[in-house]
Amino acid sequence: MYAFDLVKPKSLSEAIEALQADEAQPLGGGQTLIPTLKQRLAMPSSLVSLAGIAELVGISASGGVLTVKGATTHGAVAAQTDFPGLAGLAGKIGDPAVRHRGTMGGSIANNDPAACYPSAALACGATIVAAGKDGSREIAADDYFQGLFATALEEGEIVTEIRFPIPQASNYQKFEQPASRFPLVGVFVAKFADKVGVGVTGAGENGVFRWEEAEAALAGNFSPDAIEGLSVSAEGLMGDIHATPEYRAHLIKVMTKRAVAACA
Amino acid sequence: MPTISMTVNGKSVSGEAEGRTLLVTFLREELGLTGTHVGCDTSQCGACTIDVNGQSVKACTMFAAEAEGAQVTTIEGMANPDGSLGVIQQAFQDNHGLQCGFCTPGMVMTAADLLKNNPNPSEKEVREYLEGNLCRCTGYHNIVKSILAAAATLRGEQVAAE
Repeated sequence: MYAFDLVKPKSLSEAIEALQADEAQPLGGGQTLIPTLKQRLAMPSSLVSLAGIAELVGISASGGVLTVKGATTHGAVAAQTDFPGLAGLAGKIGDPAVRHRGTMGGSIANNDPAACYPSAALACGATIVAAGKDGSREIAADDYFQGLFATALEEGEIVTEIRFPIPQASNYQKFEQPASRFPLVGVFVAKFADKVGVGVTGAGENGVFRWEEAEAALAGNFSPDAIEGLSVSAEGLMGDIHATPEYRAHLIKVMTKRAVAACA
Repeated sequence: MPTISMTVNGKSVSGEAEGRTLLVTFLREELGLTGTHVGCDTSQCGACTIDVNGQSVKACTMFAAEAEGAQVTTIEGMANPDGSLGVIQQAFQDNHGLQCGFCTPGMVMTAADLLKNNPNPSEKEVREYLEGNLCRCTGYHNIVKSILAAAATLRGEQVAAE
């Protein structure tokens, strides 16, 4: 690792201030950033640790919305019972020790094309709340995820909370790449009274996306049969040594059907 | 270099750490606690698993300065006060839960983390909880057996020696 200063602010406002420094970078749980630093793929002058800021940790549910503060760990998300589909997703990220450190805000801010949470955020139509030097703003999930590791966050902004409308039923199905346990394809299905959301991660060349054709079919008939006749195009899907675009296309449909079946 | 302080295995300790100093490096090189192993250094293998404020973490993927003021337990803290093996350690010995022993500190710490929250785990739950701990010798079978035996002992049940 290159040398850097580790800054440990006590409040959100101190953190925002520290992030205005040149080449300062926020540090969530570090489960992605620390391995990245070890490979010398990043060279921040300072890391601003968000883990110790009490106002950035916590989960609450009210009015049908689950609010997860940015520095809340996967382990805590897995343990909440207000939104079981999201708990199921969080409980399958990494391993227990990773879930004790990694945070939802960190994952959402990084927007790894194979991260799990973005699929749930898109499928539920979540709102991402970001704070920066000019204050706080709300970003719809549809506008927030902008490609591989790209988001609507501005320089010096951090994710302070994510608000998920809680679906009537939901499920996440992940086909794991066996070595990394990241999804080769992951699908989050969220059923609401008036609509269905289908978020797909691990597959798109431009990162997470909604499978809108399946959403429409499932809105009329929420059963695996509803998408039997649909097919996913391999165009725009990732291909690598683990899977071809065609195989990922196949998996999207299989995982979606499994998720719908598991909602029952 | 800044000085940081924490409680490790019940003792207050302090030492010097740069911003980039990993917690595992601090434990091993500054405090001389070499029971915590560095296997992969990429948070895959779990040999460096320790307990920080009541939760298992991979000490190779956390900065020492983030543990400032924390309560830390390492494998050295798992023995009984008289130096004899603790229950989980003893169960690993009794059930041949290790061969080369490199992964064992992490296995024991992960087992302790599991049993703290789930005193009566099923075999499946034990195997799932070991997801982040790799062993290249045992095939895991005797590790799982050791943890189930330790769980029984900690619940106060008599276990027949095999």
